[in-house]
Amino acid sequence: MPEPTPLFQARHLRKRYGETTVVDDLSFAIAPGECLGVIGPNGAGKTTTIRMCLGLTAPDEGTIEAMGGLSMPRDARAIKAQLGVVSQFDTLDPDFTCAENLIVYARYFGMRRSDIAPRVPQLLEFAALSHKADAKPGELSGGMRRRLSLARALVNDPKLLMLDEPTTGLDPQARHLMWERLQVLLQQGKSILLTTHFMDEAERLCSRLLVLDHGRKIAEGRPRDLIAEHLEPDVVEVYGDTGNRGHDAKALAQLPLKQFARRVEVSGETVFFYTDEARALLDALSQQAGLRTFHRPANLEDLFLKLTGRQIRQDG
Amino acid sequence: MSPTLPTPRAAASIWRPPQLTTRWWPVFLRNLLVWRKLAIPSLIGNIAEPLIWLVAFGYGMGALVGQVEVGGTRVPYILFLASGSICMSAMNAASFEALYSAFSRMHIQKTWDGIMNAPVGLDDIVLAEMLWAAFKAIFTVTAILIVMLVLNISTSPKLFVAWFVLAGAGVTFSCIALIFNALAKGYDFFTYYFTLFMTPMMFLSGVFFPLEQLPSAVRAVAAWLPLSNAVALVRPLFMDRWPAQWGLHAAVLLVYALAAFWVALALTRRRFRA
Repeated sequence: MPEPTPLFQARHLRKRYGETTVVDDLSFAIAPGECLGVIGPNGAGKTTTIRMCLGLTAPDEGTIEAMGGLSMPRDARAIKAQLGVVSQFDTLDPDFTCAENLIVYARYFGMRRSDIAPRVPQLLEFAALSHKADAKPGELSGGMRRRLSLARALVNDPKLLMLDEPTTGLDPQARHLMWERLQVLLQQGKSILLTTHFMDEAERLCSRLLVLDHGRKIAEGRPRDLIAEHLEPDVVEVYGDTGNRGHDAKALAQLPLKQFARRVEVSGETVFFYTDEARALLDALSQQAGLRTFHRPANLEDLFLKLTGRQIRQDG
Repeated sequence: MSPTLPTPRAAASIWRPPQLTTRWWPVFLRNLLVWRKLAIPSLIGNIAEPLIWLVAFGYGMGALVGQVEVGGTRVPYILFLASGSICMSAMNAASFEALYSAFSRMHIQKTWDGIMNAPVGLDDIVLAEMLWAAFKAIFTVTAILIVMLVLNISTSPKLFVAWFVLAGAGVTFSCIALIFNALAKGYDFFTYYFTLFMTPMMFLSGVFFPLEQLPSAVRAVAAWLPLSNAVALVRPLFMDRWPAQWGLHAAVLLVYALAAFWVALALTRRRFRA
């Protein structure tokens, strides 16, 4: 099947701030209707990449093309007319009500009040904010503010949405509501570029993932394929118990248990066995009294930690 | 590494010419809509202070000073002071808006970041903020002029021309203030601008007393201050005369405005790394 023409294509992007290279030879494309997830530790270059995609900062090297032949930053205005953006931190206007926020923002796209006013109730309904039309952002919960930001990003009926950590700081209910809304947008045929720190979010929403670290792309593919490619199918977590002598984590990670696992990682008092033989490993573990174990399939978080390591990054 | 890798390009200079479009208007309109909600309290704040100065100094000091000589003509002190202090009001209104309020929008509320995610460039935002601060100055000046007419301080038909001069001065001072907005790390920084730049200028521009009182070296500096050039244009118009050397004074204000806008834009671009 031939690849559809990408809606957005970045080639060999590079960006330096002083001596630090924050984005290094990064290429990616977003196909129409696709949700591309960008994951990576803090400082991996996710936000800088989005800023370059928005023409807010020019790459030192590389090209960005979008919407059929337009080029960033030269055609920034024409490209942004077809983009919707939710940035990492809310930039809602605190002096305006929810409805006014949408109307004022639509004017930045050259729309008249009469163009946008009829759509305001629909947008507020989509954001589950109909009852808050006359409330100011300061009176809203974190989840409501994020949904208002999403509604605001939709005023121009964009083809492509760029969402920088849209659910950071939200409680599970608010996060699930946001996911549901993003699924609806994908069903409507919109494309999404999404950065996130939540692996379940990436797995749920994204048809394809880009894993960044130190500004470089270290993996790319469908979430399930990436897991199958890089990881063993099962994970057994064993929580050591230093209070009971003999069961400290480092000792558990040695033979004979190690023979049942392809890879063993120790983090604090927890041992992670990555294995194809979960049954045999669990049987062997059950011989040892007083251990707590947790058996689960390998997930995206395991992949992420395998590729980017367990050490804490800047701002982490 | 790919053989098709393009060669590094030179970063666009922050000193490149302004790229201005009509998209400044929705940004200006946004500020206008917010202000409309607070216009009446803001109006009282904007004109109360200059009027207190005028009444206290004009009538109080005026009784002691009597008349002041301006260009060979003796005028009541209240007229002298009114024509100077209205220039100071234009300066203060534009500066407050382009410093504290613009900084809130730019840095605290991140309103500018939100706007730049839409098809509006940073240059248009800076232009809109400049014109908005100038508008605030025009609004304040208009209100004060009306009060001065009611108080019968001046009834010169040339006040109409003075209004345009004051509008221009509003533009000049908002351009200058935006330079400091672009450099600020926090509100404290603006204290320097007020105490080290605006307050000395207030005393060196002939607002409260004639410049002839000053030593000649100080006068030579004072002659090139933007506020003294604004006063030199406005005061004769209050006296129903055409200003001497009006072309020179207008040119000084214009050069300040253009140069300051360019510098403010470059520094703001640097701030946003755009």
